[in-house]
Amino acid sequence: MRRETTRRDLLLAAGGLGLATVVTVRPSEATPASMQEAIRKVIGEAQVTPGKVKLDIPPLVENGNTVACAVNVDSPMTAQSYVKAIHVFNEKNPQPNVISAWLGPRAGRASISTRIRLADTQKVIAIAELSDGTFWSDSADVIITLGACLEDPV
Amino acid sequence: MARALINVPAKAKRGDVIAIRTLISHIMETGFRHSTTGAVIPRDIITTMVVTYNDTEIFKAELHPAIAANPFVTFHTVATESGTIAFRWTGDNGFDVSEQAKITVE
Repeated sequence: MRRETTRRDLLLAAGGLGLATVVTVRPSEATPASMQEAIRKVIGEAQVTPGKVKLDIPPLVENGNTVACAVNVDSPMTAQSYVKAIHVFNEKNPQPNVISAWLGPRAGRASISTRIRLADTQKVIAIAELSDGTFWSDSADVIITLGACLEDPV
Repeated sequence: MARALINVPAKAKRGDVIAIRTLISHIMETGFRHSTTGAVIPRDIITTMVVTYNDTEIFKAELHPAIAANPFVTFHTVATESGTIAFRWTGDNGFDVSEQAKITVE
């Protein structure tokens, strides 16, 4: 009964809100909490503000085994103001960490890209640490049709 | 043993921002999969990647099991002087591969 109500509510809401709503209503079986914990472990108690970072990841992915993922940070990259590090986290893989990259003023452009594994439809977060000690983030919801095969017998 | 592909421009103007792309062959076994007998397949991944430009570190990355097999990583750097850009990947089971590329800066 409850489920039907949810679905009807969803349909009503679907007019404007689209797929993002569907994702948030999904039962969260795992670990937004453990992701928060992992983030705290890496960046400490610092305040994270959304902005400056652009996480470029396709919104709909067929195969979670390789998902192209790029992070760009808006920064002049001078000796006074540069991006120190970029961290990427996920919500529902067995482990919340994805990659941590340390750059410096010599990078010229704060932009990295890699290919990641995603086990399930979930949210991915990129956090950049700037030289002035501030942290900025961007997140993206990714829908995975076929997750990275955790269970596949070899 | 492990094959590494590196894309560094052979020539660059001084002060140019150059893109560096790297790909190394590695299975990146997550340690979360099971074999047909139910035994956990032990983790075997590359954990760190360090890049130096004429012996100065310009890029370091820590990889986790969530990185896809055959890790592909791109980043940028400023072409400051002619020389060598050296790459080193280390990981589980004593994995340690080094590779380098020459660059001429005009």
